[in-house]
Parts: sequence; structure tokens; C-alpha cells
Amino acid sequence: MSKKMHIKLNVNGKDEEFLAEPRELLIYTLRERLNLTGPHIGCETSHCGACTVTLNGKSVKSCTMFVAQADGAEVTTIEGMGSPDALHPLQEAFREHHGLQCGYCTPGMITRAAKLLEENPNPTEEEVRFGMAGNLCRCTGYQNIVKSILAAAAEMNGAKEAAE
Amino acid sequence: MIPAAFEYHRPKDIPAVLALLEEHGDDARVMAGGHSLIPMMKLRMADIPHLIDLQDVDGLGGIAIGEDTVRIGAMTTQADLIDHDGLFAAAPILREAAFQIADPQVRYMGTVGGNVANGDPGNDMPGLMQCLDAQFTLVGPDGERRVPARDFYEAAYMTARADEEVLTAVTFPRQAGGYAYEKQKRKIGDYATAAAAVQLVKDGGACAEASIAMTNLSDTPIWSEAAGAALVGTGVDGAAIKDAVTAMLGDIDPSEDNRGPVAFKRHVAGVILTRAIERAWSRA
Ligand SMILES: Cc1cc2nc3c(=O)[nH]c(=O)nc-3n(C[C@H](O)[C@H](O)[C@H](O)COP(=O)(O)OP(=O)(O)OC[C@H]3O[C@@H](n4cnc5c(N)ncnc54)[C@H](O)[C@@H]3O)c2cc1C
Ligand code: FES
Ligand code: FES
Repeated sequence: MSKKMHIKLNVNGKDEEFLAEPRELLIYTLRERLNLTGPHIGCETSHCGACTVTLNGKSVKSCTMFVAQADGAEVTTIEGMGSPDALHPLQEAFREHHGLQCGYCTPGMITRAAKLLEENPNPTEEEVRFGMAGNLCRCTGYQNIVKSILAAAAEMNGAKEAAE
Repeated sequence: MIPAAFEYHRPKDIPAVLALLEEHGDDARVMAGGHSLIPMMKLRMADIPHLIDLQDVDGLGGIAIGEDTVRIGAMTTQADLIDHDGLFAAAPILREAAFQIADPQVRYMGTVGGNVANGDPGNDMPGLMQCLDAQFTLVGPDGERRVPARDFYEAAYMTARADEEVLTAVTFPRQAGGYAYEKQKRKIGDYATAAAAVQLVKDGGACAEASIAMTNLSDTPIWSEAAGAALVGTGVDGAAIKDAVTAMLGDIDPSEDNRGPVAFKRHVAGVILTRAIERAWSRA
């Protein structure tokens, strides 16, 4: 065992402080220490994207980051995006357009899609597919995931226009 | 997958990095984005008692576009390369190549310095940097030196960088003419079965300058001087392209692995280089 470090994180708007070994992977911090079990472990080898969270404005695979690297960072997980009574437009669109079957990939899909739409609010279908290439799904064949993200983009752009 | 325990360091400047490297010797290693290193540590193929995270080190970021040269700080990520419009104007091949590396999540973390320092023949930036005739800036206890990318790679994971040196930047001339980065991979996020970086300068109807480098077809990237020479002075027609491919095939030395047998890799290398030359010429 190595020396434990004092770690500070802001997760979904809440400050967290704890002692951890630097080698702890961020996905375990989230799931086992902070009980945020939305981000999943699919492959644990940096390929599937099920563990995707937003860290300091980037989509990252939390199985490929040590908690020590994340010290001081702001993290958003699926738990920080909407609630059962007020779904995020992406969550609503995935529900409406059948963008999930087993749901295992869904938290990673939605956190990644949120960042994609922030960077490119009006993507083409091809840009959605390319921008989601780090997230694998074993069930849907992707068609309905792409449909859901395009629908959410339209919804979010409509809401923005209405507000202006 | 739990890596071996390590002590974590997050120094703020280069002198502090060098001091840690000197203090811990073989037991210490720097980490940039961690997207080559952490997978190796998780597999316990790398055991690093002292991990030196470069994320807060001053002076390792930034893209500077000068009149004649481009300088990219080692900690610049692949996502930063894609986003930078000035860089796209000065050397558009970087964006084309970066888009073919890994996937969006990896590109937010993976850095230019890590990609070129790693020494994995599968990495895309080393061949690209050889094509651009880049220089790597290394800083160590004895000061700073520059090594051309074309002299940097010795064997898989063996480079001209000494253990106690840090790679701080890559520098290369502004690029003129046509370019192409062409890569054959089994799926998005895969390393190359074969990849080609090509820069061509056209003068009148003829090729005035050509630079060609190949990736993952030997235990180092291969800058094929002979392939470039086969195009210079020609109109880059079918015969000239064939000559360039033949010359390139004389320089590579692929080995069989899960991407295919040697004959297949040589075939794919020819197809990929042909496409890259055609696209670069159409843009020249
Ligand atoms: C799923 C997946 C797919 C990928 N696909 C591709 C691909 O198609 N093409 C490709 O090229 N890469 C690919 N990669 C690798 C990725 O691009 C890495 O990020 C990159 O190879 C290394 O950059 P890094 O910043 O993550 O370096 P790290 O992993 O932090 O470091 C890599 C090595 O370089 C050393 N190092 C890092 N920075 C410096 C420095 N400044 N000075 C001296 N030594 C240094 C480290 O000590 C280490 O040995 C993939 C990675 C993953 C996880
Ligand atoms: S669990 Fe992290 S990428 Fe698959
Ligand atoms: S819905 Fe089952 S893995 Fe995507």
C-alpha cells in the first residue's frame, strides 16, 4: 500500500473530501466511495465508454484516471443531470426514442452526448456518430441512440430560441 | 484491474520534475494524459513507484504559430490540435491525423508529448512528425537539446530520450502544398494496420518536394526518403506512385500480429500510401 492522499473533488456540485490511495481509479471512487453507481464499468480497459463522466469540461473515461489526477477537479456524472421528475432533454429523448435496451451503456452515452451537444449544438447525423465513437452499445445497434441525440439537440435548440 | 501502488507527485515546474527524476532514478516516470501509461500500469506491465504527473507543470502547454515555424507544447492534447484554427492553417495534416487517433474521450486526455515520447510503433504522431521533419525539445540535468524526429526512434519503446530528460515541445516548419494522413484500422479507436503521412509541394505541373512516413509497419516509424524521391520531378502519375510504393515497401519491415500476416500488411501499406499520395496531390 502506498501513502494515502488527501483528495478534494467537486462532484455534481457537492464538495467531497477523503483520504485515498493515489492509484484508486476514479470510477471506483465514484461508485464505491461516493455511491454514485450511474457510471458503469464495462470493459475497464479504456474502450467501451460506460464509465464516461465529465471532468473539468472534458468527457473522460473514469476507468483510465487515477483519483490523484482528478484531485481538485469538478466532476459531473449522470446523477448530476436531471431527476426522475425533471429529466434532462437527453434523458427524455432516450426514453421517447427507445435509445436504450438493457441500459448499461446509457449513463456513459448521455454524459458524453451532453458534452457533444455543448460543443456542437446542431450536429449532423454523421457528427453525432463520430462524436459518440468512444461509447459502445451491445444492444441497440446505435440507430435509436443517434435518433435520440438528434431529437434532444432539436429540443434544446427550440427551447433556447423560445427563451430568446 | 488495480495497478501496483505508487507515490504521486504533481510538481509545478520543470526544475521540480528534473529533481524528482534525479532523486528517484529508475523508480520514477512522468505521466502526461496517462492514456498509454495507465493501461500498462493496470495490466502491471509497468510498475512505477514514483509517478510524476505533468498536468500542472508550467510552460508545457500552448500552440505557437510563428512566421516559419510551429511550436506545440508537450501537454497539448489531441483535442486541442483539432480545435486550433491557426494550426489548421499552418499544418492542416495535424487535424486530419488527430481525428484518426482513438476516440473523443481519449483525445481530450492524450497529449502530443506522450504520443511521441511513448515509443509505441502503433502511435500515429511519431510518423507524422517525421513527415513534417519535426524537432523534439528535450530538457534534462545538462540543459536543453533538440533531436530530429527522424533520428529519435531506435526500436519499440526505445528512443533517443534519456530517462532523466523530459520532452517539452515539438517544433516543425510551416507546411506548404498538399497533405494527407491516411490510416487503415479495424475500427474506430484502433491502432493502425498501416498509416501514411504525406506532404507534397507542386511547382508547375511537377512535384517539387515530397515527404512520406509510415506508421506501425516496423518497430519504429519509417520515414521513407526513397519513396519521396520517387515522386520528385514527376507529375505524380500512376507510374510514379507505383515507384514510390515500391520504394516504401523496401523500407518497411512489418511483423505478423492480430492485425494480419506480413503479406497482408505489405498489401495494405501499398493501398494506403497510394490513397495518401493521390489525396495529397489533389490538394497540392
Ligand atoms: C482506447 C485507446 C485507443 C487509442 N488509439 C490510439 C491511436 O489510434 N493512435 C495513437 O497514436 N494513439 C492511440 N492511443 C494512445 C493515446 O493517443 C495516448 O494518449 C498517447 O499514446 C500517449 O499520450 P498520453 O499523454 O496519454 O501519454 P502517457 O500515457 O501519459 O505517457 C506515455 C509515455 O510517454 C512518457 N511521456 C509522456 N509525456 C512525456 C514527456 N513530456 N516527456 C517525456 N516522456 C513523456 C510517459 O512516461 C510514458 O512512458 C489510444 C489510447 C486508448 C486508450
Ligand atoms: S469501463 Fe471505462 S472505458 Fe470501459
Ligand atoms: S442498451 Fe444495452 S449496452 Fe447499450
